[in-house]
Amino acid sequence: MSSSGEGRLEPPQTVVERALAASRSDGCAVLVEEISQAEVRFANNTTTTNGVRRDRRVVVVSFRLAAGQDGAGGPMKAGGPMKASGAVGEAPTSVGVASASGVVDVEELVRASESEAQRAAPAEDAAPLLEPHGPDGTGVGAAAADFDEPAELTSPAVLDRVVGGLGDAFGRARDAGRLLAGFATHGVGSAYLGTSTGVRLRHVQPAGTMELVARSTDGKRSVWAGAGTDSFLDIDIAEFERRVVERLGWAERRVELPAGRYEVILPPDATADLMVPMSEAMSGRDAEEGQSAFAAPDGGTKVGQSLSPLPFELRGDPTERGLECAPFLATGASGTDVSVFDNGLPIRLTKWISQGRLERLRYHRAGAARSGVEAAAPVGNLVLELPGATGSLNDVVANTERALLLTCLWYIREVDPVTLLLTGLTRDGVYLVENGEVVGAVNNFRFNESPLEVLARATEASRSVRALSREWGEWQNRTAMPALRVADFNMSSVSPAT
Amino acid sequence: MSSPHERGEFGGLPVADVRSAALERAQQLGCRHAEVRIEHIRSQFVSLRDGRVETTVDDTEIGVGLRVVHDGSIGFAAGVEVHPHAAAHLAEEAVGLARATAGALGRPVELAAEPPHGHDYWVSPYEVDPGEVAQADKVALLEDWSGRLLASPSVDHVAARVLAVVEDKIYADLAGTVTEQRRVRIHPVVEAIGVDRSTGTFESMRTLAPPVGRGWEYAMGEGWDWDAELAQVPDLLAEKMAAPSVEAGTYDLVIDPSNLWLTIHESVGHATELDRALGYEAAYAGTSFATFDQLGRLKYGSEVMHVTGDRTAPHGLATVGYDDEGVEAQSFDIVRDGVLVGYQLDRRMAADNGFARSNGCAFADSPLHVPIQRMANVSLAPAPAEGPTTDELCSAAGRGIYVMGDKSWSIDMQRHNFQFTGQRFYRIEGGRLAGQLKDAAYQAQTTEFWGSLEAVGGTSTYVLGGAFNCGKGQPGQVAPVSHGCPSALFRGIRILNARSEAGP
Repeated sequence: MSSSGEGRLEPPQTVVERALAASRSDGCAVLVEEISQAEVRFANNTTTTNGVRRDRRVVVVSFRLAAGQDGAGGPMKAGGPMKASGAVGEAPTSVGVASASGVVDVEELVRASESEAQRAAPAEDAAPLLEPHGPDGTGVGAAAADFDEPAELTSPAVLDRVVGGLGDAFGRARDAGRLLAGFATHGVGSAYLGTSTGVRLRHVQPAGTMELVARSTDGKRSVWAGAGTDSFLDIDIAEFERRVVERLGWAERRVELPAGRYEVILPPDATADLMVPMSEAMSGRDAEEGQSAFAAPDGGTKVGQSLSPLPFELRGDPTERGLECAPFLATGASGTDVSVFDNGLPIRLTKWISQGRLERLRYHRAGAARSGVEAAAPVGNLVLELPGATGSLNDVVANTERALLLTCLWYIREVDPVTLLLTGLTRDGVYLVENGEVVGAVNNFRFNESPLEVLARATEASRSVRALSREWGEWQNRTAMPALRVADFNMSSVSPAT
Repeated sequence: MSSPHERGEFGGLPVADVRSAALERAQQLGCRHAEVRIEHIRSQFVSLRDGRVETTVDDTEIGVGLRVVHDGSIGFAAGVEVHPHAAAHLAEEAVGLARATAGALGRPVELAAEPPHGHDYWVSPYEVDPGEVAQADKVALLEDWSGRLLASPSVDHVAARVLAVVEDKIYADLAGTVTEQRRVRIHPVVEAIGVDRSTGTFESMRTLAPPVGRGWEYAMGEGWDWDAELAQVPDLLAEKMAAPSVEAGTYDLVIDPSNLWLTIHESVGHATELDRALGYEAAYAGTSFATFDQLGRLKYGSEVMHVTGDRTAPHGLATVGYDDEGVEAQSFDIVRDGVLVGYQLDRRMAADNGFARSNGCAFADSPLHVPIQRMANVSLAPAPAEGPTTDELCSAAGRGIYVMGDKSWSIDMQRHNFQFTGQRFYRIEGGRLAGQLKDAAYQAQTTEFWGSLEAVGGTSTYVLGGAFNCGKGQPGQVAPVSHGCPSALFRGIRILNARSEAGP
C-alpha cells in the first residue's frame, strides 16, 4: 500500500474510525496493533546485537453478503445493491482481508479488502458479527471503556538494570572461565478492534523474556535459565547467574548414559515445551475429520475420554494471575478453528482438559454450531495444573530414587500426527538424580515421545509456576506448568552435542 | 533496469530523503559506520481446505531500519514511519542504544571492508508479479487442484496453499553504496490426506514442488509440471496407506534431492555459519561441531562430497545482488573433497577472524530487524554430467531404502544428531524399487552420515530445493534459502519405526 499522508502515524483509534467510515461493504472489522519493542542480545561475554523498534499493523476485514442477489457483484451504486435477506454472517457472506504496516493509506486498504470480498465465495466460517450489547452473553460493550487510551510503549530503559548487571556478570565470567550468552527482550502490544456493528475494544499486552546460557570455555558444559516476565521488575540477573553457576558446578561430574527409556523429571519449562504443541494440536475439526491424535477411531473425537490417571487440568484463562491476556478475540486471519467473523468474541476461562479428561477442542462459532458444541477460541495463555499439588521441583527431585532431571527441550518437531509423536533434543542440562540428589551431568539425548503419553505416564506433579518454553516461548511465553515425573521416557539416541 | 521505487512500490514516499536523513544524522552523531534499509514486502497467502477457502492474507510490510557503529558499539533502531524526521530520530535512538550497551561490550565492533558499489539495481528473474494476480485467481487455481485430488476415492481431505512474496529493498551506507533490489518468490503446496477409520490412523502425501525464486508463472507450470505431479498423488497416497510398516534397522539409503536438500540445510548449512561455530548463537540456534579451529582439517564427509555456498544461483531463494551489509553476491567453497574449507560470513565475523572480506551472508527478514549472518544457497555438487542416475544409485544399493520428499526434521544444537522423515520411503530389493514403506524415519550423526556417502548422482538428478522459513536469531527471523543437490547413496544408515517409537 502506498501512503497518502506525510509518512507520520495517526492515533490508532483514528485509523480504526477512518477505515470503518470508508467501508462500503455490508460489514467491516478493523484491527490496529501498535507494537513497541526493545532487546539486547549477548554472547561470548559481550553484547552482540540490540534493537528498538516501533511497528504498527493494520488489518481490514470486509464482509459482503453473497453475490447473486445483487446483480452478480456489479459495482456498488448509491443506496446499495440488492442483497440477500438476513444479516452478515447469517446469510451467505464472503470475506476479504487486507493488511499493511506503518502509515497506511486507509482508503486503499479498505478498497483492497472489498475487492477481494467481491470475488470470494461465501465463507465457511460465517457467523453473525458480534454486537457490543448482544443477546446470550455475547455482549462485549463493557470492555470498551479504555478504547480512547493511547498505545503503551516500552523503552530500552526497561532493560537498563539487566544490561548493567550483565556488564558485571561478564567480568566474573571471564575470571571464572565461563562464557555467557543470552537475550533480554521487552515489548508491549496495544491492540484496537473496531467493527461496523459498534464493537470497540482495546487490549494492552506487555511481554518479556530473559534467557541466560552459561558455557564452560571448553564448551563441554552448558546450562540455561529462562523466564517470562511482563515488566522485568521481577528479573534479577544475580539470581539467574547463581542458578547457572550452580548447575555448571553439577556438571563437573559427568556420567555417560546410553539411549533407552528412563524415568525423567521435566521441570516446568520442559513441561511447557511439550504442552504448547499439544494444545496447538487441539483442533476440533481436525479431530472430527480423523486427522489428529484427538480423533476417536469411531469417527468422533476423544472429548470425554481420559488422557491421564492423574486429574490434570489444562486451561486458558484471561484472568489467570500473572499471566493475564486478551479477554476477547482479535484476529486478522481465519484458520481451521479461528474466524475473522468472531472478532470481539469474549474469551473466558476455557478448560481443555479437566479431571484428566479431554474437555473440549478449539472451534470457531460456525464450526461449533455445525458440530453442536460450544465455540472455544484460542486463549493467550496455557496452564497445566494438578489440583492439590503443593510440592516444588526440588520436592520432586527429593522424592526420586533414580531419574534424569532435564532442563529444557529443543528442536521439537512432529514425527507422527496420528500419535502426536514429537522428536527433539534435551539441551543445556541433563542431570542424574539418585536417592533425592543430583549426582552428575549426563550426555544429551534425542527423544521420541508424545505429550499425550507424557500425561498418561506422569506419576507425580509439583505445583504449577510460571514457565518459559525455550522452544515455543517466542510465540507463547505465558504458561504456568508443573514439574512432572514421567516413567519410561523414550531417549531414542545419544546426542554428543553440549 | 528501473528501480523499485521508480516503479512506484514506495508510493511516492520520499525514500531518497529518508535514507539521506538517517545517514546524515548518524554521521553528525559521530558514527563510523551506518547502513539504512527501507523495505516494502508484499506477502500473499491463500489456503484451502477440501477445496474451500480457509485463510487469506494479503499483507504489505513497510519500514525503515538503521544500524550504526558508534565508538565501537553497535545500535539498531527501526520504525514504520518513512519520513526524514523519523529517520533522523532513528539515528538518535540507535546511537542511544549503542551508548547504553557499551558498558557490556567485550571488544569494539569491527566490520570487514567492502568496496563501495555506487548506485546499483538488481531484480530476481520472474515473469508475473504474484502481487498483481488477484487472490480470487489464486483461489481458483487451488480449487482446481484440490478438486482433482478430491475426485479420487483414496483421498479424504485436501489442503492446498500458496505463499508468494515480493520483497523490495533500498539499502544505503555511509561508504556510498546504494542498492535497490527486488526479490520474488513463491511456494504452492498441495497435500492429500487419507483416513483409515478402521485403524484410527491417517496418512498424507504432499507435492514435492520446491519453493523457488520465480513469479506466478511457476504456479502456471513454468519450471514444474503440476499436472503430472498432481495426477500421481492419489495413487501414491493409496499405496502409502496400504504399505507395510518399516522394520527398524540399518539400511543403505538412496536419498532423492526432494529430501536431501533439508538434510544438507540442517547438517551442513547451519553447521558452517561462522557465528554459530564461534558461539554467537549459543543461547538460541546453537553452536556447531565444526569449530573454527578445524577449518581446512575437519573430515566432514567422503571424498565425493563437495559443497558450495552461493548467492548467485538462478531462482535460488537466498540469491541477491547485494546482502544487507552492502556486500556483493558471491560463490564460495564450504566442503571440498570431504574437507571443511569455508564458512558463511558477515562483515563482523569476517573482521573478527582474519578474513579480508565478507562472503555476503548478512540478511534481515524485515526492515524492523537487524541483519544477522544468514544462510547462502548451500548446495551439494553433482557428479559430472555422465554421473549415475537415481536408478543406477538404487541398483548400486542392492537392498535398501529410497527416500523422497521432506517432512519432519530435527537436529541438535551442535548439528551432530539428526532425524528426518519423508513423504515416501520405498524398499529397494535387488537394485529396484519394490513398493512403499510407512512409519520410517532416518537418524544419524552428521560426519558419520556424510562419511557414508558413497556416490552422488549426475547433473540429470540435480534439483534446487529449499524453504521459505529457516529460523535463526533473537528476536526470531525467518529467511528463504535454496539447496541444490543430486540424488545420493549412503551406506548403513539407521532407520526407525515411528509407530513403535511412540509406544512404551
